Amino acid sequence: MLHYIGKRLLHLIPVLLGMTFIVFLIIRAIPGDPAQVILGQQATAEAVAALRDKLGLNNPWYIQYFDYLKGILTGDLGESLRTRQGIVTEVWPYLAATFELAIFAMIIAVIVGMNAGIVSAWFQNSWFDYIAMVIALIGVSIPIFWLGLMEQWIFSVKLGWLPTSGREEVRDPVSAITHLYLIDTLMQGRFDQFVVTLKHLILPGIALATIPTAIIARMTRASMLEVMRSDFVRTARAKGQKMFVVIYKHALKNALIPVLTIVGLQTGMLLGGAILTETIFSWPGIGRYIYEAIGYRDYPVIQSGILIVAFLFIMINLIVDILYTVIDSRIKYN
Amino acid sequence: MKKNFWLLGLMLLMLSVFLVACGTDKEGGDNSSTPSTDGQDNTDGDKTEDAKPQILVFGRGGDSVSLDPAIVTDGESYKVTQNLFETLLNFGEEDTTIHPGLATEWDISEDGLTYTFQLQEGVKFHDGTDFNAEAVVKNVNRWKGGTEEDFYYFNSMFKAEGQDIIADVKAEGDYTVVFTLSRQQAPFLKNLAMSPFGIASPTAFEAAGDKFGDNPVGTGPFKFVDWKRNDSITIEKFADYWQEGLPKLDKVIFRSIPDNSARLNDLVAGNIDLADGINPSDGKVIEADSKLQLIERPSMNIGYLGLTSTRKPFDNKLVRQAVNYAIDKQAIVDAFFEGRAQVAKNPMPPSISGYNDDIEGYPYDPEKAKALLAEAGYDGAPIELWAMPVPRPYMPDGAKVAEVIQKNLEDIGMPAKIVTYEWATYLDKAKDGEADAFMLGWTGDNGDADNFIYTLLDEDNIGSNNYSYFKNAETHKLLIQAQSETDENVRIELYKKAQEIIHEEAPWVPLAHSTPLLAAKAEVKGFIPHPTGSDKLTNVSIE
Repeated sequence: MLHYIGKRLLHLIPVLLGMTFIVFLIIRAIPGDPAQVILGQQATAEAVAALRDKLGLNNPWYIQYFDYLKGILTGDLGESLRTRQGIVTEVWPYLAATFELAIFAMIIAVIVGMNAGIVSAWFQNSWFDYIAMVIALIGVSIPIFWLGLMEQWIFSVKLGWLPTSGREEVRDPVSAITHLYLIDTLMQGRFDQFVVTLKHLILPGIALATIPTAIIARMTRASMLEVMRSDFVRTARAKGQKMFVVIYKHALKNALIPVLTIVGLQTGMLLGGAILTETIFSWPGIGRYIYEAIGYRDYPVIQSGILIVAFLFIMINLIVDILYTVIDSRIKYN
Repeated sequence: MKKNFWLLGLMLLMLSVFLVACGTDKEGGDNSSTPSTDGQDNTDGDKTEDAKPQILVFGRGGDSVSLDPAIVTDGESYKVTQNLFETLLNFGEEDTTIHPGLATEWDISEDGLTYTFQLQEGVKFHDGTDFNAEAVVKNVNRWKGGTEEDFYYFNSMFKAEGQDIIADVKAEGDYTVVFTLSRQQAPFLKNLAMSPFGIASPTAFEAAGDKFGDNPVGTGPFKFVDWKRNDSITIEKFADYWQEGLPKLDKVIFRSIPDNSARLNDLVAGNIDLADGINPSDGKVIEADSKLQLIERPSMNIGYLGLTSTRKPFDNKLVRQAVNYAIDKQAIVDAFFEGRAQVAKNPMPPSISGYNDDIEGYPYDPEKAKALLAEAGYDGAPIELWAMPVPRPYMPDGAKVAEVIQKNLEDIGMPAKIVTYEWATYLDKAKDGEADAFMLGWTGDNGDADNFIYTLLDEDNIGSNNYSYFKNAETHKLLIQAQSETDENVRIELYKKAQEIIHEEAPWVPLAHSTPLLAAKAEVKGFIPHPTGSDKLTNVSIE
C-alpha cells in the first residue's frame, strides 16, 4: 500500500510539471498586458514599458518559465503583480475559506444525495422516485446565480433567518488562527461566533451543494438499482433480513464505488473554487482570487493558483483510490 | 410490511433534510432577537451601556489593492485611504474647488513658481509622531525619488516631458513649506488635493518600505485596524485626531461584495449600512422603501462612443458627424440610466470649469445623417461596434446600449456587428486602434478640464488614453497652452475653443454624464458623496 502511494506521489511530478507548462503558455496567449492593467487606464506608454521591464515580462518566454520553475522548487510561488504580496502567504486564507465551504457543501451533498438516491432505488418507479429524480434534474440545471440570489431574498431579506453574504459578522470579526473559522472559533471557545460562522455557511453551502447533490443522487440510484438485482441481495432477503438492513448494509457497500468516484471528482471541483457562489455570497475564496487575477493579468497568481488547485484535485483522487480498498477489500494495489 | 419501508425511507430522507435545515430554525430564532450584535457583549464589555458604538459597514464592489495611496491607481483603494490620510489641500464637500486641508493657508508668488504653505499645528500621525513641515518634505521627496511605476500619479501629475515640475521643496521652520516649481502649472493646487497625495508618517514608511500599504499610517480621522483580503477592511476612530469631536463614527468596515444585486440584498437585510454601485434600475425600489435612502453622487464622468479616426469609414469627418446625428442619446439615457444621467454634448461634464455650454449638441436626426453619409460617399461597408463587457458608472449596461446604437446605425444604412472582449483585452485592443467604434468612458481625477480633454483627446495621449486616435494640431496647441496658463479666465477660453473644434471634428459621440447611485439605511446621516468617488466619512453618523 505504502509502495502504491509512493508511486502515485511520484506520478504527481510529471503531471504538475506539464500543468505548469500548459498554464504558463495559455495565460501568455491571451491578449492584455499585465503592466497596463496594473497601472490602469490612465497610464502612459513609458510607465507601462518600465513596469514590463521590472516585472521581467520583456524576457523571452522560456527564461520567464524557468525562473518560475526555479521559484516553485524553492517553495516560492511568486509574488502577486497587483498586490505585491507573496502568493504563499496570500493564498492560505483564500484556500481555507474555500475549503471550509466546499467541505460543508459536500457533507450536505453526500447526506442528501445518497439518501435520496437510495430511497429512489428502493422504491423504483414510485412517486417518490419520480419526484426525487425531477428535483435532481432541476438541481443539475438550475443557474447558481439565480438560486443564490433567491436564497438571499427569501431566507435573509424576507425571513431574516440567515446572513446574506460573507463569512462572519463583520461587526464582531473572528480572529483568524487557521483561517478555518469553524475551527478557529472553537479553539477560542467562542461558541457564539461558531454558530454565527455556521449560519454564514448555510446559504452558500446549499447553493454550492445543489449540483453535487443531484449528481450523487442520480449516480447512487443507478448504482443501487444494479446491485439490488444481484443474487446476494436476493439471498439476504431470502434469509429474512429486514429490507432496511439489506439496503444499508449489503447493497450500499457494493454500490458505493462509483458513488465514491463521483464524490471525489465533485469535491475536487468544489475545492477549485466556485466562482459563482463565491461572487454571489462575497465569499473570499480561491475561485474569486484566481478569477480576479485573470482580469488583472496577474500571471504569477493565475499560474500558482491553478497549480495549487490541480495539486488538490490530484490528492483528492488519490485519497479516493485508497478509500476503495477500505470499502471493498477485493481491491488491492500492488 | 411494505408500508414500513416506505415510512423508513421517508423518515431517513426527512432526517437528512432536517440535518441541513435544523441550524436554520434554531439559530434563526436568536438572530431575529439580536440582529447585528451577536456576541458583542463579550467583545465590547468595556463600552458603556448607553453609548452604542457607532459602526458603519460600507459595502462596495471590490477590494483595495493597497492602502498606500501614493502607489495605487484604483478607486477602491482611495475609498479607504481617503479616511486614513489627509492632503495638504482638500476638495470642496461636493465639488473640486480648493479648500484648506493640512495646509491652512497658502501664498503664490507673482511668477507662479513659488508656493508657500502654512501648515496646521498640533496634528499627529496615528503612530504618535508629529506632523510638520519636515514630514511634508519627506513625503514629497519619497514620491519624487520613486520611479514612474511606483508612484504613478505623482509622475503623471507632477512631471512633464520627464522633468519634475516640483523642482524643490523646503521646510522653513516647523510649519511652513515652500514648493519651487520648474514651470507654471495651472492645476497645481487641484493636483495636490488628490487622494494619492495624502501625507504619510515618515517614520512609518521609512521603517516599512514596500510593506507600508499593509500598515498605513496617516493623520486622518480613522486609523487602520485590520484587513482580510477580498473580504473586509476595518478602520477605527483616531482618538488624537486634530479636529475636535470628529470623526463621529467609532469604526468603519469596508466589505467587498462583488455582485450588485447581492449587495443590495445585504443592505435591505440590514447587514450593511451603506452600499456603493447601485444599479440604476434598482433606484426606484430604494426610493419607495422608507427604511432606505437613495444617494446620488454628483457626476464627474463621461460615457462615449469613440470613432477611431484612423480607420475607415471614420477617417472621414462627415461620417463621424453622421453617426453623431444618428444616435438617439436621449432614448439611451431614458432607458438604461433610468433618467439618472444627462445627455452629453462635450467631452467633459458641465460641473468642470471651462465647459462650453454654448455648443449645440448634435440632435437626433437620421435624415440628416443619411444625407451626410451620402455626401461622404460611404459605401455601406459594415463596421464593428465594440460593446463594453463590464458595467461602469458611466455605462451601466454596455451590451444593451450597444444594441440601441446598432439599430440607430442600421436605420441610416450603416450595418454594425456588435463584438465584445473580456475587459483587459478590450482595453488593450482598443488602445492599439483595432476598434472601429467602441464604447468607453472616464471618471475625472481632479476635476480639471485638462484631465478630460488633454488626457482623452490630445495627440500626446495616442497609445494611452486617446483611444480614438484623434489628432488635431489646433486643439493640441490650445491644450498645451492651457496647461501652463495661470489666468483662469484665459484658460476657460482656451478650453471652450478646443471644445468647439472637437465638436466639429466629432471624434466621439458623447453619450451621457451619469449620476452614480449609492444607497444607505435611513439612519445614516451626514454622508456626502464626492464626485471623485473618494468619500470622506468624517461627518457621518448613525442615528
